[in-house]
Amino acid sequence: MAFFKKSPWLLHYDASSCNGCDIEVLACLTPMYDVERFGCINTGDPKQADIFLITGSVNHRNAAIVKNLYDQMPEPKVVVAVGICAYSGGVFADCYNVKGGVASVIPVDVYVPGCAAKPESIIDGVVQALGVLEEKHKAFRANRKGSGGKYEISDSYSAEPAEAAQPNAEEAHHA
Amino acid sequence: MTTQLYVAIGYVLFAPIIGGLMAGIDRIITARMQGRKGPPLLQPFYDVFKLFQKQNILVNRLQLPFVVCHVIFAIFTGFLFFQGSDVLLIIFVLTLAGVFLVLAAYSTGSPFSAVGAERELLLMMGYEPMLIIALVGMYEVAGSFDMYKIMNAPVPVVLYLPGIYLGIVYILAIKLRKSPFDLSTSHHAHQELVKGITSDMGGATLALTEISHWYETVFLYGFLFIFFGANPIVGAVGVIVTFLLEIAIDNAVARVKWEFMLSSAWLVALIMGAGNLIPLFLINRG
Repeated sequence: MAFFKKSPWLLHYDASSCNGCDIEVLACLTPMYDVERFGCINTGDPKQADIFLITGSVNHRNAAIVKNLYDQMPEPKVVVAVGICAYSGGVFADCYNVKGGVASVIPVDVYVPGCAAKPESIIDGVVQALGVLEEKHKAFRANRKGSGGKYEISDSYSAEPAEAAQPNAEEAHHA
Repeated sequence: MTTQLYVAIGYVLFAPIIGGLMAGIDRIITARMQGRKGPPLLQPFYDVFKLFQKQNILVNRLQLPFVVCHVIFAIFTGFLFFQGSDVLLIIFVLTLAGVFLVLAAYSTGSPFSAVGAERELLLMMGYEPMLIIALVGMYEVAGSFDMYKIMNAPVPVVLYLPGIYLGIVYILAIKLRKSPFDLSTSHHAHQELVKGITSDMGGATLALTEISHWYETVFLYGFLFIFFGANPIVGAVGVIVTFLLEIAIDNAVARVKWEFMLSSAWLVALIMGAGNLIPLFLINRG
């Protein structure tokens, strides 16, 4: 059964943006949009999250934090980059301290356009992420059957660095 | 005796279903109180099934056995209760289940888990006195620590123990970690301690704590049920009203500091508990 589609838990992190996208992310939780209708929960714990919702460009100080949060999330996991800053750095791209988009640190699965991204397009991006999550779950399950491991101890995982940073994933379409 | 055993086995089999549905109703009512539509009724089950499908990352090898023991003793608590064992023993097993959860959090070494574990111990210190007083009150009325004898007492014990019942309703919010006493862990959007005692649990480990929470919920509302005596309709009404009251309090009140939680819980135990118990002693023995 596809339970990931019915219960996606989000981890929200603001890398370094103007906070505009973050306010729109929080707007998704309000009675107006109420993403909990779809079982979405904004959890603060990376170890319990399925979708990493990240806003803003990554700078040199928090690149390690973004990487760490990503590594702490158990498989299967999906990264949604919200807003133009998370794609390329946006208006902050040329700043001396900015490293670039989220893809410069961790692999991104879905991009949500906008400055700031609208709550509707954030929800749309999360819905697209659910499709990716379901595919990753199938791959993860096939992989786990092969290895036979029931659980892992945390210091033995995430030995491999994040894949090469390429904004190769599909971009969220916003009507 | 055999019927009691069947009830106990029924508890082991069906308590997760009832507890999960209660959690679902809780979430819908909470959403409606906040002007939202809320998740589907079966959402807690979707969450738990999903967590079982996730990769289970443990911080160390000790964490999982502790959580498994927590679940086993949570189930055992209710099993003993519905099987008609000594209520005194049941409360100690309940405490043991709580202690295993605290140990699971301490074993991780994470500061968030450690603070959550400390706060869980404070919560246990808060609710234990009232629970023990309630048992003494029940014994005083029914002359037995057997759950079925208390339930089948000639007069529902709640008529003799109104203060103790209100005290139990107060500590129920502490035991179920509901706001204003959700110090050790938090539900959903409230997250200043990450997830407190469950910070380092994910995947199946978190699903197990969720299931044990359902078992404990059913046991605790079952414990409230016996206050109302043998009439199932009166008992059901009493339990449902209490359940709705807990949800209303959960949504209407902001989180308190641990000092207030501990002092108020002990004050309630003193005033509601002892204030109920002393007149009862005087009438019965005097």
